[in-house]
Amino acid sequence: MSAISEKLYRRRRFKNGVALVLAGAATLFGLFWLVWILWTTLVNGIGALKPELFYQMTPPPGSDGGLANAFFGSMLMSLLAIVLGTPVGILAGTFLAEYARRSLLGESIRFVNDILLSAPSIVLGLFVYTLVVKQMGHFSGLAGAITLALIVLPVVVRTTDEMLKLVPSQMREAALSLGVPQWKVTVQVLYRSALPGIVTGVLLALARISGETAPLLFTALNNQFWSVDMSGPMASVPVVVFQYAMSPYDTWHSLAWAGAFMVTVFVLCTSLIARAIIARRKVAND
Amino acid sequence: MTNLNLAVAASLNVTTPSDQATSAAKITARNLDFYYDGFHALKNIRMDIPEKRVTAIIGPSGCGKSTLLRIFNRIYSIYPKLEARGEVLLDGENILDPRYPLNRLRSKVGMVFQKPVPFPMSIFDNIAYGIKHYEKLSRADMEVRVEQALRQAAIWDEVKDKLKGSALGLSGGQQQRLCIARAIALKPEVILFDEPTSALDPIATGKIEQLVEELKKDFTIAIVTHNMQQAARCSDFTAFMYLGELIEFGETETMFTRPSKQQTEDYITGRFG
Repeated sequence: MSAISEKLYRRRRFKNGVALVLAGAATLFGLFWLVWILWTTLVNGIGALKPELFYQMTPPPGSDGGLANAFFGSMLMSLLAIVLGTPVGILAGTFLAEYARRSLLGESIRFVNDILLSAPSIVLGLFVYTLVVKQMGHFSGLAGAITLALIVLPVVVRTTDEMLKLVPSQMREAALSLGVPQWKVTVQVLYRSALPGIVTGVLLALARISGETAPLLFTALNNQFWSVDMSGPMASVPVVVFQYAMSPYDTWHSLAWAGAFMVTVFVLCTSLIARAIIARRKVAND
Repeated sequence: MTNLNLAVAASLNVTTPSDQATSAAKITARNLDFYYDGFHALKNIRMDIPEKRVTAIIGPSGCGKSTLLRIFNRIYSIYPKLEARGEVLLDGENILDPRYPLNRLRSKVGMVFQKPVPFPMSIFDNIAYGIKHYEKLSRADMEVRVEQALRQAAIWDEVKDKLKGSALGLSGGQQQRLCIARAIALKPEVILFDEPTSALDPIATGKIEQLVEELKKDFTIAIVTHNMQQAARCSDFTAFMYLGELIEFGETETMFTRPSKQQTEDYITGRFG
């Protein structure tokens, strides 16, 4: 190796080292906060775990209790949100990927959907407040579920669109060349191929809404008691965590930690399941 | 050489003696033009695809050979801004006429693609899927039809014990024969092959070529290939295309030994393309 190229190589190695250190430092900086947050949640949350959480109601100030009504409310509203948002999202995503792929209309809808995807959730809460809560005259679990459904919708639209676009066009052509009409091809062949991806999208949407607080403040409000009535105010874990964490009472703080921990664990598990589905799909495609 | 002369030459070729005279044209393209969003991709094609023979369409990349094939079952029509003008007669009826039912066309003209694309379902359901769209069969009858198709595509022995298994678990060559079985299952009259072996290894390719040889007893076959040896090995007739025009059409043996056009000879001997 000549002297010049050796000098060049040394300089490159130096630059590479600098870039590596900077990138590594940035990663550590980001991870540091994440690990700190998770660690605090873990330590305080596990300390606050107790069986009463799952069968006692949220207590008045000063006394002991659980989060049963909040867990139930969160579950009910999240499930209803998924039930409302998923079919509409899948249909809209199908329209984008299969019927309007290169059209101006399709591009416009995709653009608007991306805006909805990143819209602050509190705006959605206010929207549903005006549309549903004011009309009904009171807060309700239903309004909360509708708000969460509006968060689910763009996620499902996006993943359905993307997953259908990943299906090779030759699969479409092969099915259509059998003379089968397009809607049947979409439902019977393309959905089957895109299903793991769509399920993953729905799970990620579920993970996202299970921690949403802002959109519920204006819609579902909260409820100190056990309630299965969707037309009335309803408790949810994030809102309870928010209220109890802001309070001056130690028993409430402890419940807030427990709630935060449970939501984190739920989100973690949902994400893990979603990842497992993606991994299996990759194996199947190879 | 003008288009008209080419067309006359092409039609003369198919009506000249020997083998050709004994087999009628199954598909006839007349004054066929094709446009991709205004781009003139096929120019005044006149061509006969003889019944129960293998016709190979060869030519350099971008010459329009796949485009031509994709007109024969109107699969191009699923994309916007593509337009075919002229006539393509299947048994004397113009398939480009919008009144010609797509359903009927595609049940008569099957297609096999470059990349094997089994549907994400079981091997059995892959074959049964198309049949179900046309016929209501009992379970037992369906089993007979599926077996028939798989046997005809020379893949039955390899899959008979795993019909319920996913078709995605098969090898590339097996997947391609499965796709052929899927097309055969509808009992079509014509099968179009769009570079069916370009994603396969030589052994799998050999099996497909053997299969094509078998299939021509029952079906009219058109095969697009960029592999000239393949065209020479397994076709009875060859069409040579260049820049959207049909340069020469004739019996494969003649085309590969005494082509009448200089361009054909140059391409076949590897001087361009």
